[in-house]
Amino acid sequence: MSAEIGHFALIVAAVLALGQSVFPMAGAVRRHGALMALGGTLATGQFVFVAIAFGALTWAFVTSDFSVANVVQNSHSAKPLLYKITGVWGNHEGSMVLWCLILSLFGACVGWFGGNVAPGLRARVIAVQGMIGLAFLAFVLLTSNPFDRVNPMPPDGRGLNPILQDPGLAFHPPLLYLGYVGFSVTFAFAVAALLEGGVDAAWGRWVRPWALAAWSFLTLGIALGSWWAYYELGWGGFWFWDPVENASFMPWLVGTALLHSAIVAEKRDALKSWSILLAILTFSLSLLGTFLVRSGVLTSVHTFATDPERGLFILAILAVTIGGALVFYAWRAPALKGGGLFRPVSREGALIVNNLLMTVAALTVLFGTLYPLIVDALGLGKISVGPPYFNATFVPLMAPLILAMGIAPFLPWKRADLAGALDRLKLIVAVTIGAAAVVVFLEDRYSFAAALGIGLAVWAIGASAFELASRVRLFRAPFGESLRRTAAMPRSAWGMTLAHAAAGVVVAGITASSVWQTEIVRVMEPGDRADVAGYTVAFAGVQEVRVGNYLARRGRFTVSEGGAAVATLSPEKRIYLPQRTPTTEAAIRTTWFADLYIVLGDPHGEGGHAVRLYHNPLVPWIWIGAVLMFLGGMISLTDRRHRVGAPRRSVRPAPPQPAEA
Amino acid sequence: MRRYAAPILLALFLALAAPIPSAPAIGPGEALKDAKLEDRARDIGRQLRCLVCQNQSIDDSDAPLARDLRRLVRKRLTAGDDDRQVIAYIHARYGDFVLLRPPVDERTWLLWFGPALALLVALAFLLWRLRRPRPAAPADSLSPEAAARADALLGDRGDEP
Amino acid sequence: MPSRRLLYLAPLAVFAVIAVAAAFYLQSGRDPRLLPSALIDKPAPAFSAPGLEHDGRIVRQGVDSASFEGRITVLNFFASWCTPCLVEHPQITALSKTPGVTLVGINYKDKPAEAANWLARHGNPYARIGVDPAGEIAPEFGLYGVPETFLIDRAGRIRFKQVGPITKQVLEQTILPAIETLKK
Repeated sequence: MSAEIGHFALIVAAVLALGQSVFPMAGAVRRHGALMALGGTLATGQFVFVAIAFGALTWAFVTSDFSVANVVQNSHSAKPLLYKITGVWGNHEGSMVLWCLILSLFGACVGWFGGNVAPGLRARVIAVQGMIGLAFLAFVLLTSNPFDRVNPMPPDGRGLNPILQDPGLAFHPPLLYLGYVGFSVTFAFAVAALLEGGVDAAWGRWVRPWALAAWSFLTLGIALGSWWAYYELGWGGFWFWDPVENASFMPWLVGTALLHSAIVAEKRDALKSWSILLAILTFSLSLLGTFLVRSGVLTSVHTFATDPERGLFILAILAVTIGGALVFYAWRAPALKGGGLFRPVSREGALIVNNLLMTVAALTVLFGTLYPLIVDALGLGKISVGPPYFNATFVPLMAPLILAMGIAPFLPWKRADLAGALDRLKLIVAVTIGAAAVVVFLEDRYSFAAALGIGLAVWAIGASAFELASRVRLFRAPFGESLRRTAAMPRSAWGMTLAHAAAGVVVAGITASSVWQTEIVRVMEPGDRADVAGYTVAFAGVQEVRVGNYLARRGRFTVSEGGAAVATLSPEKRIYLPQRTPTTEAAIRTTWFADLYIVLGDPHGEGGHAVRLYHNPLVPWIWIGAVLMFLGGMISLTDRRHRVGAPRRSVRPAPPQPAEA
Repeated sequence: MRRYAAPILLALFLALAAPIPSAPAIGPGEALKDAKLEDRARDIGRQLRCLVCQNQSIDDSDAPLARDLRRLVRKRLTAGDDDRQVIAYIHARYGDFVLLRPPVDERTWLLWFGPALALLVALAFLLWRLRRPRPAAPADSLSPEAAARADALLGDRGDEP
Repeated sequence: MPSRRLLYLAPLAVFAVIAVAAAFYLQSGRDPRLLPSALIDKPAPAFSAPGLEHDGRIVRQGVDSASFEGRITVLNFFASWCTPCLVEHPQITALSKTPGVTLVGINYKDKPAEAANWLARHGNPYARIGVDPAGEIAPEFGLYGVPETFLIDRAGRIRFKQVGPITKQVLEQTILPAIETLKK
């Protein structure tokens, strides 16, 4: 019965989405208050019904209702409850329902928290959200219905792909979708503004919190995916420039640009049409990611739907959504008036540098991802675009970006003095150069790349710390005043400083773990010892165990440091039973500054096993940094100026903004 | 400071174009005794695709074909080939698809130079726009009440970083 | 300003190009796993493989690439553990009976005993069989896996390559006509 309820709820949601895309729009055009107000109600309704459908599907998974085809294909009665639930989105149909759920949630949120957005604009935003919702609900209902029944009912299901039975990958899609889909709101704001024909500085103010929320979740989602790849794929890498990874990275890059250009749009009334374009592009790239993953155009480890019909449907959604938005852009954007003027060297200039480099970086990733397809489609042969291309083109864009990131907070708006800013930062410049020099003398092989990476990391963290210190006048004012200034610092400033420093933390992690990794690959017999980066790892042997729905060969390694045992590690080779799929589970001991990473390989001879031991310095910093970025975004989001739902009552007169010749 | 910026940045770029190493799936007993030669073998391995895998280099993969190719790379290196010759040898047999760094030819000009070109065009455009003398601030397109609303909302826009 | 308008049209134009390319790609029904061979019209790589021996008895003499000169050769990589090889075995047998063609096999990563048994059970159509127990010859030919089959002309050049089993259709519509052309 639950399947029918779910299916019916989806149909109701689609009908509500249709209403949501028509009535508020009509109301906005005719300036009809009641029609406009209907938008919020319909958006809430759509969310409620998609939630019912999602709940029904979850119920079918939890109760192992094998009369539902989707449950048969993706679940098994012996699976742990957690993975029965996460199995809901561990397949194509279910993940699209999750997409719709999050989309309708964001649409409803605009209604709930958009109280201070001008009614006309809000109605149009909600209508655009309704159109996107309608398109995706139609996609689910017409090509990917998760509620199809099977007859006769099989005794048990085929089980979830074991690779997805993992906490990291289980929660990767919801976070990623919160990011992807969150950018639908900024997209809707952009289209609504184009429809209305005017963008004022308040537009930037309204867009920023949504962009910030989406960006924060996307950051966390990408980091979780990368962490999963690190501990699950079993060779210690964390980023592979895999097309599916790239698909999530492109919206992040352009979304980061949007986050920064919206500041200029708000504060200085400039870069407005550019911000609108970025808002359109960010969500377009989110859709493109969905298309690439869902259509099976890219065959990759993560993809689980390969179906050209679905691909064509999503392509049609893409064409209408993005194409439509860009048509409006071409038509209406030229009329948008640029605002505050500024010099190339200024806060605005630095934010433009960010925008430029982030956008070109996204372009590089886009080219690298799509180029093999284009060359193939044109019949020019088969080419591969792999990590060597991305390292050669992407990384050089990041270096000046991080340099600019350190200086930007020291540049005033409109016109700045670069030499003066560098002079203020001379301590950090010296520390950075010193750190890079030390690395050059330490290392021989990748010394240049290592020195650059570590230098950039020190620069980003140092400049952020210095920015914080100078903001509170640390050591320059009495300590009490610094404390008072610290307490009074706006949360958005905390957020920015934290996120910028976090970027340095990530760069340090990437550089150190890439350059100073130690690797030992050998056959170990029980009793053998290996020395890795100051640790002694002793192999105690392998035992066969059966846990829940898998069999495992579990190795036992005791790790000692300076003669004292510090840990016991148990890497596994698992065979998941319903499908007999093997997986590798690395065992990791982390000190937060480095990971000891052990992978158990195949048996070799009598009792011996191939074993891979890695020591990855600073690798945890990659994910610590990503979490800090997320926290930075969240702290910034709690800034009173970002709380869209609660406008300030007391208003100070706006400072005059003299135009500059 | 400004005088030295360009050469320093150029040096930074060149440094980063070097491949950054990552962890491999090389098996026990595969590595060459000569550490220098083995290092070269690893670098080459990271530039060759494991053709039967999905987005893995032969250095990353456990697949039998990847192992065979790793061995072939080491055989050619031991025979005295330089890195370029080893890659050319495998390229001749497996085609463009095996190269993770696509060859620069008329098909891939856009791939290799497109982003740099886009960056240059955008920079040139920006400098042109910012240098161009413009009349005083353009007329405000907002209606008075919209402007008032924006001002009310943005009353404190001056004090954020 | 018309040039200004054009600037705002640029994103739409770029998107249109990408969308058309994507639709074209989806509609082309092209199998993304299909790969062209780099060795077509190139000389077959030089190699020498010892013959297949079992129980102290030589099942077939080995293969030397020098022997490709002056005759049309079909070179087939096979293994006893390879199921698709069994699928193409009737077609391989048919090829061995085609006049003017020498069929040679490379036994890929196999145990001699198992290979000999497999040939005894299913018939041995090969004139010569070289063994490649460690998979050293295979990458010289750009092999992805077994079975793969190469058609080599009298000058020792590779003229056709089949990845995967040779079906009846491939045999009749592609390989046999190609052999006829080479004979002229």
